[in-house]
Amino acid sequence: MASKSATYSETGKVRRVIVVGGGLGGLMTVIKLCEAGVPVDLFSLVPVKRSHSVCAQGGINASVNTKGEGDSPQVHLEETVYGGDFLANQPPVKGMADAAPGIVYMLDRMGVPFNRTPEGLLDFRRFGGTLFHRTAFAGATTGQQLLYALDEQVRRFETIEVEDDKGVAIHGEKMVRKFEFWDFLSVVQEDNGTVRGIVAQDVKSMAIKAFPGDAVCLATGGPGIVFGRSTNSVINTGTAASAVYQQGACYANGEFIQVHPTAIPGADKLRLISESARGEGGRVWVPKDIKERRRGKDVPEKDREYFLEDKYPGYGNLVPRDIASRELFLKCFHEGKGVFNAKSQKNENEVYLDLTHLPQEALRKKLAGILEIYEKFVGEDPYTNPMRVFPAVHYSMGGLWVDFERAENGSLVMGHPRNSATNLEGLYATGECEYQYHGANRLGANSLLSCIWGGMITGPAIATYRKNLGKSSYDLSSNVFDSAEKRERAKYEKILKMDGKENPYRIHEELGKMMLLDVTIERHNDKLDKVISSIDELTERAKNVGVTDTAARSNQGAQFVRHLDNMLVLARVIAQGARNRDESRGAHFKPAFKDRNDEEFLRTTLALHKEDGGRPSINYVRSLDYSINGKPVHATDQVDISLVKPRARKYETAGAASATAKGDAKPAAETAKPAAAAST
Amino acid sequence: MSDRKVRFKIKRQDAPGTEARWDEFLLDWEPQMNVISSLMAIQRNPVTTDNRTVAPVVWESVCLEEVCGSCTMIVNGKVRQACTALIDQIAPNGETITLEPMTKFPLVRDLIVDRQKMFDNLKKVKAWIQLDGTHELGAAPRQSQENQEEAYPLSRCMTCGCCLEACPQVNSHSDFIGPAAINQVRLFNMHPSGKMHAAERLETLMGPGGIADCGKAQNCVEVCPKEIPLVDSIAVVSRATTKHMLFGWLLK
Ligand SMILES: Cc1cc2nc3c(=O)[nH]c(=O)nc-3n(C[C@H](O)[C@H](O)[C@H](O)COP(=O)(O)OP(=O)(O)OC[C@H]3O[C@@H](n4cnc5c(N)ncnc54)[C@H](O)[C@@H]3O)c2cc1C
Ligand code: SF4
Ligand code: SF4
Ligand code: FES
Repeated sequence: MASKSATYSETGKVRRVIVVGGGLGGLMTVIKLCEAGVPVDLFSLVPVKRSHSVCAQGGINASVNTKGEGDSPQVHLEETVYGGDFLANQPPVKGMADAAPGIVYMLDRMGVPFNRTPEGLLDFRRFGGTLFHRTAFAGATTGQQLLYALDEQVRRFETIEVEDDKGVAIHGEKMVRKFEFWDFLSVVQEDNGTVRGIVAQDVKSMAIKAFPGDAVCLATGGPGIVFGRSTNSVINTGTAASAVYQQGACYANGEFIQVHPTAIPGADKLRLISESARGEGGRVWVPKDIKERRRGKDVPEKDREYFLEDKYPGYGNLVPRDIASRELFLKCFHEGKGVFNAKSQKNENEVYLDLTHLPQEALRKKLAGILEIYEKFVGEDPYTNPMRVFPAVHYSMGGLWVDFERAENGSLVMGHPRNSATNLEGLYATGECEYQYHGANRLGANSLLSCIWGGMITGPAIATYRKNLGKSSYDLSSNVFDSAEKRERAKYEKILKMDGKENPYRIHEELGKMMLLDVTIERHNDKLDKVISSIDELTERAKNVGVTDTAARSNQGAQFVRHLDNMLVLARVIAQGARNRDESRGAHFKPAFKDRNDEEFLRTTLALHKEDGGRPSINYVRSLDYSINGKPVHATDQVDISLVKPRARKYETAGAASATAKGDAKPAAETAKPAAAAST
Repeated sequence: MSDRKVRFKIKRQDAPGTEARWDEFLLDWEPQMNVISSLMAIQRNPVTTDNRTVAPVVWESVCLEEVCGSCTMIVNGKVRQACTALIDQIAPNGETITLEPMTKFPLVRDLIVDRQKMFDNLKKVKAWIQLDGTHELGAAPRQSQENQEEAYPLSRCMTCGCCLEACPQVNSHSDFIGPAAINQVRLFNMHPSGKMHAAERLETLMGPGGIADCGKAQNCVEVCPKEIPLVDSIAVVSRATTKHMLFGWLLK
């Protein structure tokens, strides 16, 4: 039976839900909850305005068809599913593609300074895996602009008071309370497993505290830092997802890690040069001659090898990222044709990404954000010199397993509490930390979309769950929270006392190097076996770290020890998942198993954590039984392929990614020619 | 490995009110090294030049590509983002690099300060569009390319605080809201629907701590890493407040 009051608990407390993470996924969830009248406590490791979403450059997809090419949500659905090599459940993807135009209009209404056409409409550009102009953009800092728009709306809710059941404002209770600079540690569970709140640590005062919430949503982003350096922000350790996984939440498709073909090297981070560079006409090439010593701009056309255009005339430089990264890898590692570097006097693992044939004025308006990054960090002018780039870990298709409720029309039932629910009752997940939309490979500019769409379905799902909740978390005995708080305090005290010989940052460096080398573009079973046993070793060594910092405030060292432990757990999920999947699909490529094997592997990898005598290991399952509002739910690893039947991917042929697409979009072979590109 | 070294002198303080001290570190030079990667190297080996193992330096950073605003500090006496401070540029000849926390915000520890007041200021000036809701309401009002090209640069402010640190009018005896928030008022007041609430935003800047406190010293615009035309924004908003003060009541 549902609680008596929607606003107050029996004990007179305002009933809130908890959202952890304030990137696009978390903020959109918060906004939807507020609109449904549900007050929120929002937790974030950093001020939400500084969340990793701020890094997104290229844009957000929506089939608005401004250019009259015959684009439609149906084509968007088909291309997303095809790009993901058919591993994604299709109803959530359909929901997302259908909603996309409305989402971009909403963002425009919020004030996002999207680039415009001469008529004052939204402008769209091309991105990978499609021939259509489907990507709306605000210069080359789209993620920043979208994040700010949602951040502003959430800030507005910080000033709006909660209303009681009769619509009377409750003095002093705001719709959103922010807890920034708090690190999520774990969820608080009742004896029956239902999630009733969280324990978090204030990273300034280092205080640890339990918070009740009628439901909890994790929107904590991706785990790129498991690979040491990546295009991700330094806070993307995946620590929160790992923590709930260790508490029983299922982790799905962990082995699917996207490597982006075009990043620039750095001592601290591999900075991305967005796919939009190619969307605007950028071309990828290497000198034909390995011994080529001239500078990029001095190599004449006839001496260049445009290897993507040559091999994939259909999609050219805009083949999906898994394919582009593999081709770059082939050129650099196997053929040794990477660009010669005068400083190091060798062929580096780098290729040219060339924009120099495009008009500078247009580049400034559309790509300045990324070209500035190149200029600042490489110290070369990308308007006149071809950029030197190489692949880097970028995105996790895998993540916390979440459910969905399919509607008759093949989309989702909005407001159903199954949408975005994890297998821990009361815990939801959205954004990059879950696994739902991108299958085995994500198309560019679909992530910002999936994060926002994720928030749009997760907010209403949680609102329904909370409405049907029998007993509010605010009415539980305080023992539940006290004991969770004590458990986490004890763990932290233990970390502070660690005085072993190992340095946690060095262990992380080793983990990253190994994951980068053997668990990215090409995967071999013998190497994966070694990685897994090395993870065992590193896990042991991590028990023997010395914490040099025992300060009471902003103790980043102790905090990092915790994140490292959690990264090691996720590294295992990623590597073991890769070891088990003996096929090649999307971003997961095994030279020994070159083909996709639908019969055995067209299914979701479902990983559950277990401890074998204190040693972490993984229990792979074929189905999950859990409950929502006390009702049993059964889900399996079968992929819902009811809307687009699986077929082999063939990006050599223009239009192969969508059967419906008939429009006038041009094959890459035509648009890539400098003359055509320069005229736009 | 080259034998080139990089020398750092870093101001440390465990908490506000405690004594500050300086620690020096000597690091191996690496290609593409910047202040953040140097601080990371110190984490891996927190030993000072006088051979003491100390607590690693703490600082804030997220994006490492100058778009999140978190890593602001004073590098060689000048406020800036640490992530874009490349060693080859700031110390080409092995000069000692000094790092200090910003001074216009309460200290937390080492290089970390508390910039909450900047976010609070965004609340004060209502830096948002008064949205009817996120349900589907069709397309937004059309906007010219010109309008977009004016708004976009203003919208890149990452609340980093460089401008406040540099502004002489922002100090412990003043409530001056600072240029970042004023720039936001300009941004929202030029948006087709943001405009409808322009007066409210202007009024928040007309009281104490508002726009009149700006001494037009222009330090702000020189340090803004996003090259936001802050002085223009201040001028535009200043004219608008004057107009509102003189004629606003007529329009009510
Ligand atoms: C360089 C780059 C460019 C990209 N460009 C594009 C693009 O053009 N188009 C596109 O579609 N996608 C792009 N992506 C992908 C996209 O940016 C991300 O997938 C997306 O922003 C993730 O959003 P999110 O809301 O899931 O999480 P994030 O934005 O990562 O936010 C995570 C939130 O969780 C909080 N958090 C994390 N851990 C904890 C913890 N332990 N405790 C408390 N809080 C925590 C953080 O503080 C943060 O608020 C890009 C990615 C990168 C790296
Ligand atoms: S112009 Fe105004 S805001 Fe800018 S530094 Fe000077 S006093 Fe401060
Ligand atoms: S206006 Fe510039 S200096 Fe000031 S906070 Fe914004 S980005 Fe930083
Ligand atoms: S770390 Fe984001 S601006 Fe420097």
